[in-house]
Amino acid sequence: MLVCLSVVPDTTSKITFKDNNSKFNTEGVQFIINPYDELALTKSLEIAEKNNGTVTVINVGLIDTEPSIRKALAIGAYDAIRINSEPKDALYVATQIAAIASKNNYDLIFTGRESIDYNGGLVCGLLGEILNIPSLNVLAKLEVEGRIVKASRDIDGGREDMECPLPCVMSAQKDICEPRIPNMRGIMAARTKPLLVVEPVAENDYAEYVSFELPLAKSGVKMIAADNAGELIDLLRNEKKII
Amino acid sequence: MSILVFAEHDNGIFKKSSFEAITYAQDLAAQKNLTVTAVVIGSVNPNLSELGNYGANKIVNVKGNNLNTFSAEAFSAAFAKVAETENASIVIISNTYSGKSVAPRVAVKLKAGIISGVVSLPDNNLVVKKTAFSNKAIAFVKLTSDKQVFCLVPNSYEVKSFNLNPSIEEISINIEDSAVHTKSIGINKTSSKIALTEAEIVVSGGRGMKGPENWGMIEELADILGAATACSKPVSDMEWRPHSEHVGQTGITIKPNLYIAIGISGAIQHLAGVSSSKVICVINKDSEAPFFKAADYGIVGDAFEILPQLIERAKQLKHS
Repeated sequence: MLVCLSVVPDTTSKITFKDNNSKFNTEGVQFIINPYDELALTKSLEIAEKNNGTVTVINVGLIDTEPSIRKALAIGAYDAIRINSEPKDALYVATQIAAIASKNNYDLIFTGRESIDYNGGLVCGLLGEILNIPSLNVLAKLEVEGRIVKASRDIDGGREDMECPLPCVMSAQKDICEPRIPNMRGIMAARTKPLLVVEPVAENDYAEYVSFELPLAKSGVKMIAADNAGELIDLLRNEKKII
Repeated sequence: MSILVFAEHDNGIFKKSSFEAITYAQDLAAQKNLTVTAVVIGSVNPNLSELGNYGANKIVNVKGNNLNTFSAEAFSAAFAKVAETENASIVIISNTYSGKSVAPRVAVKLKAGIISGVVSLPDNNLVVKKTAFSNKAIAFVKLTSDKQVFCLVPNSYEVKSFNLNPSIEEISINIEDSAVHTKSIGINKTSSKIALTEAEIVVSGGRGMKGPENWGMIEELADILGAATACSKPVSDMEWRPHSEHVGQTGITIKPNLYIAIGISGAIQHLAGVSSSKVICVINKDSEAPFFKAADYGIVGDAFEILPQLIERAKQLKHS
């Protein structure tokens, strides 16, 4: 199995930008394994343990992502690959990962449903198409029985149970499992597990992040007295005209 | 040349997000002197000409083997074939679960660049706005590829009335069984009558509701307003409510016209999932709750005293 990891700002990070709003300001920000990718990793380890398999993690990133990759190894990944490049956009990342995956016959490739920084949610489907294998997105449940995956994907207003043969690409949603916390033995072992660094393959077009802005602050809250709460309904109807 | 839109439907009923995508495409087409072709896949027979109201110049209804139930493999293959015959340079697909499973496969087939989470039309420099950092920021992103796929976030573009009289073409594309690996076993709808991701109004409860037995009031208010119900992370973690109702950074991200939060303090992770709502009302007994800073309307008070007043007034107005 191959698990794709993004390294992202911690969920509690205050998001700010620098250089005229063109770059994310990493100062004081703690970086973590993307939470959905961590679920994908944990789920793959569960599957590997039941089926006598192995789990490789892969990341497209510069050297500063290595502490997070080591954490993935401490959680239980067998080995790791870092493609030495900025993750420019989803298509770029998928192309880089596909170049590795196409040489290695993985049964299952796993991503998170999206990264919590650029919120693309595209790498799973892109990998499926580039590698010409099926893809299932945003899975809240997943079991592997023999060579068949039984999964449940989120749809608007519910879930759809699906079946799919291996090999395939999947993306993990919350609920798929509980994340694992690395233990001391895992942390010690992670130091000596293999972490292969490879250079990216050439790729031309990708989306260019020109600049960023923070959402407009609300102009101020209008308070309504608790003993006159029904007034809220009138305001929503007459002032905002939305009910 | 045309802009191609994936018109998603649920058993023949078009999703509102499809209308938004078509209007978006027509506004973009007007800038570039292109036309809009809506692609409807499946043999269910929706009211196709309806799509002209929202800006479709042409409708292509694709029917054939393996196109009766949704699969990313078959639908992306059929869609990409139409994109080639229609000579489409731009593709618009809603940023929904199914849309997002089709869009990347289409992008690879067409050798197109792709941006998801799009919330605006491209400007003169082809730069679009997209959500980033889980709604804590907006990114301005540019695609330089010849062909482009944009995934438009539901509720981010308002539908307009165009009243076009579209041409309707029915075509047959058969997808080989060997090209479709995934199989749908069954669909489980959540209890809420309105899908959270599609709702225009959402009523949401947090720990301040004290226990699952008190959700009747949330449901009653939601019912009167035609709203979907949601909850905060602690509430779904404690299993007071199903995980499918959890909105926030690690739950569902929503963008309704109105979000009413009851007994939710407004942690940064919760705000990330709901802060794009057009109007936010916060009801909390703690006047220092951080959520008030992100709200349009606020009431400091006990949920059990406030909710009955809201329900009563909403009922009165509904019947007036």
